[in-house]
Amino acid sequence: MKKNWWKILSLLLLVYTVVAGFLTKVPDLPIIHQSIRNLYFHVCMWFAMMIMFIISFIYSIKYLRTSDYRNDIFAVNFAAVGAFLGILGYTTGAIWANYTWLTDQSQSLGSVLKEPKLIGAAIALLIYGAYFVLRGSFTDMDKKARVSAVYNIFAFAMLFPSIWIIPRMVGSLHPGAPGSDSGNPALNAQKDLDSAMRMIFYPAVIGWTLLSVWIATLKIRIQLLKDKTLLHE
Amino acid sequence: MNKLIARLVLVVCGLLLNAVVFAQGAPETEGLMRSNGKIYVVVAVCLTILTGLFLYVFLIDRKISKLEKDN
Repeated sequence: MKKNWWKILSLLLLVYTVVAGFLTKVPDLPIIHQSIRNLYFHVCMWFAMMIMFIISFIYSIKYLRTSDYRNDIFAVNFAAVGAFLGILGYTTGAIWANYTWLTDQSQSLGSVLKEPKLIGAAIALLIYGAYFVLRGSFTDMDKKARVSAVYNIFAFAMLFPSIWIIPRMVGSLHPGAPGSDSGNPALNAQKDLDSAMRMIFYPAVIGWTLLSVWIATLKIRIQLLKDKTLLHE
Repeated sequence: MNKLIARLVLVVCGLLLNAVVFAQGAPETEGLMRSNGKIYVVVAVCLTILTGLFLYVFLIDRKISKLEKDN
């Protein structure tokens, strides 16, 4: 139980997130109103995704340095959980945008979704999608691990430009772009996020990240059990 | 045996949850669950989903730990 304290911490942080996230007062911004509470959920998905991809990236480098198959298993499973979180973040973002970015009924969601931020996020997710396709197309295990580790490093190199840098260089409705009212950066201290919200947002990010890590470790442990013979134990 | 205990605990937890819900359904029209635009109902639903999710992940975790020990 000693090694599992962070799993309990994750539960406590997320319970705190839900309770405090729904019950505390939030600044009443125009259009967004109460939906700013999505910050504790939608934004956290993306933060957790980025952390998962960073961990995956580190394990890919470790694999190339050591050729230890274990590192490859770590890399692919963290990337898988990251991609899953990305899909959740994209879906929740679409729901949120449907009720805040559409100004009148005649507008279709499709016209609004042509957004640099959304396209960037979609590109990033598709790049990682190709990572799994690439892995699936190999029959030789060593080659699969090596080539996909290299690909993962390139995928990571594209991640931050496509979800952060490019959307910030062009106008976007999404907070953080120069064209939006909130200005730059996304977490504008005066307008977007007051200190009370920060007190919930940061624990929420940590809580969701710990839960994601937990799920990733479960997937890794299953894979390690399956591949026991390959790992020469 | 262990599995049986886990299932029993689950059933009891489910029954307790039911009791909580019924307690809130008492005839009074005011009260915590009905105040503030019934936002507490949303909190209760989300907490239920969250505990369910964590319980599920925890049970998978335990199952894998057992497999690791057996091997």
